[in-house]
Amino acid sequence: MTNMSGKFSRALLYSILIVFAVYYMLPLYVMVVNSVKELDEIRQGAMLSLPQKFTIEPWLSAWSTAQIGVDPTGLKPYFINSILMVVPAVFLSTMLGAVNGYVLTKWQFPGHRIVFGLLLLSCFIPFQIVLIPMARILGTLGIAGTTSGLVFVHMIYGIGFTTLFFRNYYDAFPTELVRAATIDGAGFFRIFYRILLPSSGPIIVVTVIWQFTNVWNDFLFGASFADADSQPVTVALNNLVSSSTGVKEYNVHFAGAILAALPTLVVYIVSGRYFVRGLMAGAVKG
Amino acid sequence: MAFLEINQLHKSYGPVDVLKGINIAIEEGGFLVLVGPSGCGKSTLLNTIAGLEDITSGAIKIDGSVVNDLHPSKRDIAMVFQSYALYPSMNVRDNIAFGLEMRGASKEERADAVAGVADMLQIGHLLDRRPGQLSGGQRQRVAMGRALVRDPKLFLFDEPLSNLDAKLRVDMRTEIKRLHQKLSATIVYVTHDQIEAMTLATQIAVLKDGVLQQVGSPDEVYNTPANLFVADFMGSPTMNLIPAKLEKNDAGVHVELSRESGSIILPVREKAGALDKLIGKNIVFGIRPEDVTDAEGQDAAATDVAQAECHVEVVEPTGADKYVVTHLGGKELIARMRAGFGVNPGDKMPFNFNMGKAHFFDPASEMRVA
Repeated sequence: MTNMSGKFSRALLYSILIVFAVYYMLPLYVMVVNSVKELDEIRQGAMLSLPQKFTIEPWLSAWSTAQIGVDPTGLKPYFINSILMVVPAVFLSTMLGAVNGYVLTKWQFPGHRIVFGLLLLSCFIPFQIVLIPMARILGTLGIAGTTSGLVFVHMIYGIGFTTLFFRNYYDAFPTELVRAATIDGAGFFRIFYRILLPSSGPIIVVTVIWQFTNVWNDFLFGASFADADSQPVTVALNNLVSSSTGVKEYNVHFAGAILAALPTLVVYIVSGRYFVRGLMAGAVKG
Repeated sequence: MAFLEINQLHKSYGPVDVLKGINIAIEEGGFLVLVGPSGCGKSTLLNTIAGLEDITSGAIKIDGSVVNDLHPSKRDIAMVFQSYALYPSMNVRDNIAFGLEMRGASKEERADAVAGVADMLQIGHLLDRRPGQLSGGQRQRVAMGRALVRDPKLFLFDEPLSNLDAKLRVDMRTEIKRLHQKLSATIVYVTHDQIEAMTLATQIAVLKDGVLQQVGSPDEVYNTPANLFVADFMGSPTMNLIPAKLEKNDAGVHVELSRESGSIILPVREKAGALDKLIGKNIVFGIRPEDVTDAEGQDAAATDVAQAECHVEVVEPTGADKYVVTHLGGKELIARMRAGFGVNPGDKMPFNFNMGKAHFFDPASEMRVA
C-alpha cells in the first residue's frame, strides 16, 4: 500500500518537474528554432514548429553584416568590446577581492569589521544611484567613453561581492598555516600567493562565474558610459533589435540574442559543478 | 647562563590579563614542558616566545639576546602546531623545504637537508605526497621534519600529540624523547596532559590562570608539589586531598581524619618536625594512591608507615593494579593495591599509609607545609 502511494507521489513529482522544465526551456527552444528559419517562414506564424528549410544565414548576418546603429557591422566588434571589458574587469575584481578577504581574515586590524560592513553595503546599492557621480569620476580620470572606463566601473562594483566570497572562504582557512609560514619566513604577499591562493580554486571559480555573468550581462553601465566604439554586446543587441527602420528580421534578432548569451552559458556549463561546491564551501564553515 | 630566559612577562588583551609576571629560565638542551588546564595561558606563553603575539611588558631572551621586538622568522625558532599546519597545496618535500627556500637556500642545499631529515624521521617514501594523503602519524612526522630541517636554536611544540589516537600518541611521545636525546635540542613544549609532561620534561612549569604555580624537575613537581593546585593537577589518579586535623599527644604528632563512625588516627614521625606550627589546626592531608596500599603491597623502602582499618566501597581493577575506594574526611580516598589482592566491596581491611610520602597543606593559603 505504502509502496503504491510512494510510486504515485513520485510519478506526480516527476511530471510536475518535467512540466516546469519544458515551460522553462520553451523560450530558448523558440529562439533556437526560429534563428535557423527563413524570415518568410516565421511570418507564416508557426513559432513552435521546426524549420521547413534550415538556414545558417541569420547567424552569419547577426555576427557580421546586420545593421547596428548606422553601420552594417553585425555584433562582432561589440562582442570583441565585451571580451576586452570582461576579462580585465573579472581578473582585477577577483584579485582585489582575494586580497581583501585575506587581509580581513588573516591580518585583522582595528575596525576591520566596519570596513567589511561597508564593502558589504556596496552590494546593495542600486547602480542607478551612482550613475552621475561615476560619470564625474570617469570624466576626471579621462577614461569616460572608453573600454578602460567600463573595466574600472565594473571592477569597483565587483569588489563588494568578491570580497564577501573570499572573506567567507578564508575565514575557514586555518590561521595556524599563516603562523607556520610566518615563522618559516614568508611575508605578506608570499603567504598569500604560496599558501592561500593555491588552495582557493573553488572560490575563484565561484567569483569568476559571478563576475563574468554580471559584467557580461550588464546593460546600464554599457549604455551610460560607453562610446560608439566601446559599446559592449548587450548595448549592440539592443540597437539591433530595437531599430525602428526597415523590416524586423526576427530570425537575425534571435540569432544575435543567442550569440550575446553564449559566453555566460558556456562558463556555466563548463564550471557549474564547481560553482555549487564553492558556494557551499564558504557557507558551511563560515 | 640560561639559554631561554623569560623575565616578568606580562600579556594582556585589553583589560584581561592572560599572563601575570612569568619568570622561567631553561638551560641549553633542556626540555621545558608548560602544563596546565585549558585557558591557563600556556599556549599564549608559547606564542609570545615564538613572536606570534606581542607581549605587554617583560623580556624574552634567547641565547643571551632580547628578542621582544624581533619578527618570528628572525628568532631562529621552529614551531610544531597542534593541527600540524602543513601547507595543503605543497607536497611533503616542498613543505619541509619551504622555510629554507624563504631563507634563500639553494636547490642543492634544500635537497640535502630534506633528504637528511626524511632519513632521520623515516618519511623518505612520503616526500612526493600531499598532506591530504597522509595519516595522522605521518603528518605529525612531516610537521616535525619541517621544524628539524632548519636546525633552529629553539623548538616550540604546541600540543603536538593531542590530535593522535591513544596508541600513536604514546609511540610519538617516545619518538620525541628519542629525538631530543639525539639532537640535544632545546625544546619548549605545551600540553595539558600531565603524563606527557612527566615523561618528556627536564623542567616542568605548571600554570594556572596566567600565574606560574611551580617550576621544577618532574621529580620535584611530583614529589614536592608547591601547592594544592599542583598536587591535584599532577598524577593520575590524582592525589587524595583530605581535610584533616593535626594533633599532638604523648605519643607524638598525628593526623586525625574524621569519618561517619568516629575518626582514624595516623601518626606522623618523619615529617613531624616541619609541622610544629600547625599543631591543633585544620590542614589538608595529601597522599597519592600509590602510597596507600594493602599490607604486603607497601613500598619496601618506606620507613614511616601508619595502618588504619578502612571500609572498602568500590574496587576498580585496571589489570596492572586494583584501585580501592574508601571514604575519609568526607572525601573519597583511592588506594592502589596489587592486582592479585583479594578485596571486595563491603570488606573492612587495614590500609597502609606511607606517611613518609604524605603531604601537608595549609587550607587557607593552599601552600605546601611539608
